[in-house]
Amino acid sequence: MLVHTAMDRAASVARHWASSGCPVVIHIDKSVKRAQVKKLKEALVDHQNIKFCKRHKVEWGTWSLVAATQSAAEMMLKEFPLVRHVYLASGSCLPLRPVNELQDYLASRPRTDFIESATTNDVPWTIGGFDQERFTLRFPFSWKKRRKLFDWYVRFQRRLGYKRRVPPGMVPHLGSQWWCLTRETLQAILEDPERQMYDRYFRRVWIPDESYFQSLARLHSQNVESRSLTLSKFDFQGKPHIFYDDHLQLLRRSDCFVARKIWPKADKLYSSFLSNDPSVTKNAEPNPGKIDRLFSKAVDRRVRGRSGLYMQSRFPRDGFENGKTCAGYSVFEGFTELFEDFETWLFKVAGGRVHGHLFHPKGVQFSGKEAFYNGALSDSAALRDAAPSSFLTNLVWSTRGERQCFQFGPGDEQGVSWFMATDSNAQISVISGAWAVPLFKSSNNFSFIRREAAALQKIEAQHLDILRSQYTNARVRIWTMADFILNPMEPLQIIIDEIAPRGRHRLTEAPKMADLTGFGQFLQDLKNQGMHPYLMGDFPVGDDPRSRPKPGRRPYLVKSTDV
Amino acid sequence: MGALSSYRMRLERKRLQIRAARKRFELTEVVNRTKAIKKGDVLAFTTLRNEVVRLPYFLQYYRQMGVVHFIMVDNGSDDGSREYLADQPDVSLWTTTHSYKKSRFGVDWLNGLQRRYGHEHWCLVVDVDELFIYPFCDTRPIGALTDWLDSSDVRSFGAMLIDMYPRGPIEEQLYRSGQDPLEITSWFDSGNYTIRKNHKFLNLWIQGGPRARAYFYDEPDKAPALNKVPLVKWQRGYAYASSTHMLVPRGLNLVYDEWGGEKASGCLLHTKFLNTFADKSEEEMDRGQHYADSFEYKAYRDGLQADTSLWCKWSEKYINWRQMEILGLMSKGNWA
Repeated sequence: MLVHTAMDRAASVARHWASSGCPVVIHIDKSVKRAQVKKLKEALVDHQNIKFCKRHKVEWGTWSLVAATQSAAEMMLKEFPLVRHVYLASGSCLPLRPVNELQDYLASRPRTDFIESATTNDVPWTIGGFDQERFTLRFPFSWKKRRKLFDWYVRFQRRLGYKRRVPPGMVPHLGSQWWCLTRETLQAILEDPERQMYDRYFRRVWIPDESYFQSLARLHSQNVESRSLTLSKFDFQGKPHIFYDDHLQLLRRSDCFVARKIWPKADKLYSSFLSNDPSVTKNAEPNPGKIDRLFSKAVDRRVRGRSGLYMQSRFPRDGFENGKTCAGYSVFEGFTELFEDFETWLFKVAGGRVHGHLFHPKGVQFSGKEAFYNGALSDSAALRDAAPSSFLTNLVWSTRGERQCFQFGPGDEQGVSWFMATDSNAQISVISGAWAVPLFKSSNNFSFIRREAAALQKIEAQHLDILRSQYTNARVRIWTMADFILNPMEPLQIIIDEIAPRGRHRLTEAPKMADLTGFGQFLQDLKNQGMHPYLMGDFPVGDDPRSRPKPGRRPYLVKSTDV
Repeated sequence: MGALSSYRMRLERKRLQIRAARKRFELTEVVNRTKAIKKGDVLAFTTLRNEVVRLPYFLQYYRQMGVVHFIMVDNGSDDGSREYLADQPDVSLWTTTHSYKKSRFGVDWLNGLQRRYGHEHWCLVVDVDELFIYPFCDTRPIGALTDWLDSSDVRSFGAMLIDMYPRGPIEEQLYRSGQDPLEITSWFDSGNYTIRKNHKFLNLWIQGGPRARAYFYDEPDKAPALNKVPLVKWQRGYAYASSTHMLVPRGLNLVYDEWGGEKASGCLLHTKFLNTFADKSEEEMDRGQHYADSFEYKAYRDGLQADTSLWCKWSEKYINWRQMEILGLMSKGNWA
């Protein structure tokens, strides 16, 4: 048992092992203060089967940890000749099941060595980049205290192309530091005639405590069971996860024999598990699956996070969002202009939530004209325009589970254009030039209309350039108005199928198109005034469009992403 | 970041420290029990004025969390706050009648005290109306969090300010001393916050919430900042630059991840909007001692005279930290 902090906890665990009939050899780190050592020894003085071995100054990642283990193991084999299996534990390990269950378990597997060991090529766990290199470079400097020197020396060796020779006959293996070996294997490792050579080699290996016994056990053991009986999980930085009182039920159900690391102040864990009460567990094979999932989820959260979430501790840089928004949404441009009551129709056929122009300069047009929306988003234009893309990500985040559809157009604030175009969750459908319809219907004087039309056309042209740029990830479809009205049903069907894929029914009812009688003449009038409307396509004078059933063309798909 | 900008930050840090040292002469010691502080204790630092009604619950809440000692500055209370605190066994108290505004809203006073007593301790800087929550705060004491942060080599922990408010007019429900203020102010806004990065100090600048939508809907830039870094493993050289919104050295402000992951974070539940608030905003307006010429209080007062309800149909009712984590207001990070 290797101990360096939380002496009182270590003492109570040692007492638990010892009074359950397991001899304990304790290695106390040399840097522990003398008073604390004395206290620990006094606390355990009444136990004949607890011994203290030679102390080493232990530093993480260095040979000292192996040296400490060797001293303790030698003492264990010498002092307690009846010991069949030796279990390496630390002061923050906690036995989860009654010790006699562990004894029975080991007694029924007398020749098995429980030591996790895998060759470096086959495991992805190593953190810090040294997998093969930890065996072929030299690591004489402390990583914790002399980081710069450590890094420099590694680079230096790499540049030289320096490679150490692995001792012949030995294959480097890696694995959890916490093992349980049989007396025979341990003895063979410690009394190996070549031990001097191995020790010399491993002295300069990086983190030898995870490879020394693991590699040598492969040489000497008859039956390696490559797993650790100690439940120990590591996070993305390679430091162990810690167990607290609220993990009690989880630990109980894991059926593992020993867990680490336990928070020293987790009183409930210590008092519940140091009892040898057989009712705690059900004598099953260890099954750490639940705990594995819990911790791998935690690591995932720390490394990848929740996509589409922007918050105080997750604010990804451009390109690292891993999803700019958290769910799909649909943007309709030109539809409300061309069709009467399009929003009602859309809601009927596609469901979800259909908003008006969310980016209208006068205020946000939430569905149902609400002043506030999910997440208490305000309809204030100033608040929205202070951070338009935040507004959109907030809306999509707060309405998770319900698809959002909204209208957009050249009359709206254009601040989100780039954001939407580069967001793979956006489905953007554009009927270009449809902004002319409300102007055509309006009764304003013509010079005003002309100015307005020129401005809107310019804005929409810029917007379309963005949608057609190479950076666009959104699912963009653009039709000219002339193309669209030739056969509106087919494009509508495609859009709706994408929004509600499960529906997959033929659209029976088309939205009602605005009356366009005289639209061609209107465009001609604009042309006559010197303003050239081109985004809506070709509308010859006198040939006023009507809904004609005619096989339409395939929509013009700028860029598609996987659905 | 270039050498020049680093050097400027260093000067800024030195300036703040000198300022704090100077402002320490404004403080008079009432009772100093800091000898009782032991290695590893978590300390709370607070400035207050006339908060005697809230103090019993405040102390109870943080004691239960595992805060061992409170270091407080009383800014000229006349309602018995000073006497009440002086009697508490785990409070060290200083008092001053100098300007709150000129000490940069109490920051200079606390910087000085933290430099003296907070070195090598985890220090929690909170106001009396702020309740700190963090992942697993219902089952793990704050020592579990700080031990974990220590073992992860993390020096600072972010907690965003969440404005809590009652359902109905603010002055309707009466707060009794000792009561959990969240029983009244149990509502909050879950998803209307905007974030920008401050490239000088590297912190995030968060705005939004009920105050932004109710009082600042036409001037969003003036809405109060909600980003805070209240929990720091303090070192003598550190200083808060502006309230607890940001610190120098600025590496302490990096409480967020920029590569897609989530760091662990908490929330400060801001229970300001109790019935006591109405009287307070009158008084504070007269004193003119608050941020941006009491612009906030002015806006509140104008709001108060019309309709004082911050509640809307989409307000969320507070349940626990897990709800805040699901809503994306805080995160467990890789703490499990």
